[in-house]
Amino acid sequence: MDSPRKPFDLVIALSAVFVGLVFVAACLAPWIAPYALGGLEEKQMLQTPSLAHWLGTDGLGRDLLTRVLYGARVSLAVGLGTALISLLLGTSYGLVAGFKGGNWDHLMMRIVDIFYGLPDMLIFILLSLLFGRNIGGLLVALGLVSWVRFARIARGQVLQTKELLFVESARALGASRGRILLRHIMPNIVGPVIVTLTFSIPSAILAESTLSFIGIGINDPYSSWGTSWGTLAQDGYRAMRSYPHMIASPATAIFLTILSFNTLGNGLRDVLDPKQK
Amino acid sequence: MLRLLLKRCLHGLLVLWVVATLTFLLLRIAPGGPFDSERKLPPEVIANLEAKYHLDEPVWQQYLRYMGGVVQGDLGPSYKYLDRGVTEIIAETLPTSIVLGGLAMLFAVLVAFPTGLFAAYFRNSFIDRCCMAIAALGISLPNFVLGALLIWAVALQLGWLQIGRWDDWSSVILPMITLGAAPTAFLASLLRSTLIETMSEDFVRTARAKGLKESMVIIKHALLHSLIPVLTVIGPLAAALLTGSFVVEYVFAIPGMGRFFITAVTDRDYPLIMGVTLVYTALLVCANLIVDLLYSFVDPRIRVE
Repeated sequence: MDSPRKPFDLVIALSAVFVGLVFVAACLAPWIAPYALGGLEEKQMLQTPSLAHWLGTDGLGRDLLTRVLYGARVSLAVGLGTALISLLLGTSYGLVAGFKGGNWDHLMMRIVDIFYGLPDMLIFILLSLLFGRNIGGLLVALGLVSWVRFARIARGQVLQTKELLFVESARALGASRGRILLRHIMPNIVGPVIVTLTFSIPSAILAESTLSFIGIGINDPYSSWGTSWGTLAQDGYRAMRSYPHMIASPATAIFLTILSFNTLGNGLRDVLDPKQK
Repeated sequence: MLRLLLKRCLHGLLVLWVVATLTFLLLRIAPGGPFDSERKLPPEVIANLEAKYHLDEPVWQQYLRYMGGVVQGDLGPSYKYLDRGVTEIIAETLPTSIVLGGLAMLFAVLVAFPTGLFAAYFRNSFIDRCCMAIAALGISLPNFVLGALLIWAVALQLGWLQIGRWDDWSSVILPMITLGAAPTAFLASLLRSTLIETMSEDFVRTARAKGLKESMVIIKHALLHSLIPVLTVIGPLAAALLTGSFVVEYVFAIPGMGRFFITAVTDRDYPLIMGVTLVYTALLVCANLIVDLLYSFVDPRIRVE
């Protein structure tokens, strides 16, 4: 149907580069950041971008480039952590549901349906009341929300795959259920699962930064991990009337990161999973 | 048809009950309480407060009391706003949120349909690429970033609109666009891809073979057929609008239910959190019910099942 879109390959390459940069920033923040995290310079408050402070400084005289670089750690940790938790939880759930079939499948998917219909952010806020407002609690809350997507994808793929001839022949050759599941069905669902994984990273980053922006996300302003981009954006938003540079850099960082991951996800989907579009 | 409706209603009630029960339990086991303040209250005061709000009763009794109230439309007292009940607060703020959400939905549909049609008609042209690139940007743009950007550009730099008010039609414009942008982008690209897929179906070829104009083929034959996948996402989109409304109401300082919800979370005002959660779930259940009905309207095959 769609003809291959050549000009977008450049966009995908750029996205990959940007995601790479975010990774570098997250891993090497203490070494590449121009100033120490939490370093206050009283005389340097609210400066607009300059050579000394490329992105300017905030209301306490902290260098914004440093804060944005450190913020990449929070975003990536949340994005990757959530993706991993929901991958493990959701995929195994979906595998079992699809493989068992029948009433089991029906019951397990009913539970998924209830979760799926509710607004993520709502469950998420409720769970964060339970698990606390630190990075670990946030990961658990986000993971518990986004596993349903993996469950649906994995189950659908298993249902399709288990009727195929090679599964039937494996069964005829006397392979055990576990072996069929691991050796024959698993490899066939990897593609769609990877695509779902790529999309779940930006949605976790979006959820985290949104929560931090409205002031109910990670509540740990002096963490050595750095401050969430969402919190930086909130600080900037409050001062936006007079100092718009303060919101510009964290907001751009959030937008570009989400955009890059989404673009990569679309690219991967075209390659790994051409049926789903 | 009536049976389907009844079944759906029962399912909705079940979802509501499950959500109510889970939220109730979750809020009971959540650490920290509504009466934790910086100043430690004397134990007698706490005991009195707990007696007043029946927190000293066993959990099952509190649960029955609460559910009994919910059935009668009483969502309990607010811990924070001492003179007002939760039902009252929600009754005051819900209309604002519904107006905002409804307008955003309307905006999304009104912009997305022509754009999707247009892009599908001129598929793979420069215009199509532009539309889809904008849609891709729109899907990735968090609504608080868009909101801040619009405030900065339209209200602060250009001075066209005022912000921080919620009184006349002009104060609705920016929040509506902010909330509606992501659904618009999503709907437009979905409509485009389903339309293009439909265009290769046999009945479209037949319509073309009859000598119909391409625009008539799209509007009269392909569009109706493409509505089903679009309707499928209306439910999740309603959910997205609900959650988006927390943020947009926060950014634009709109006195809606979402903003009260955020304050309730910060204050740990449990009855208010619980009440808003229930109302959100009920709204969502209703949205899904309407979508189901529309389905059977658009696709007669579903009516038979």
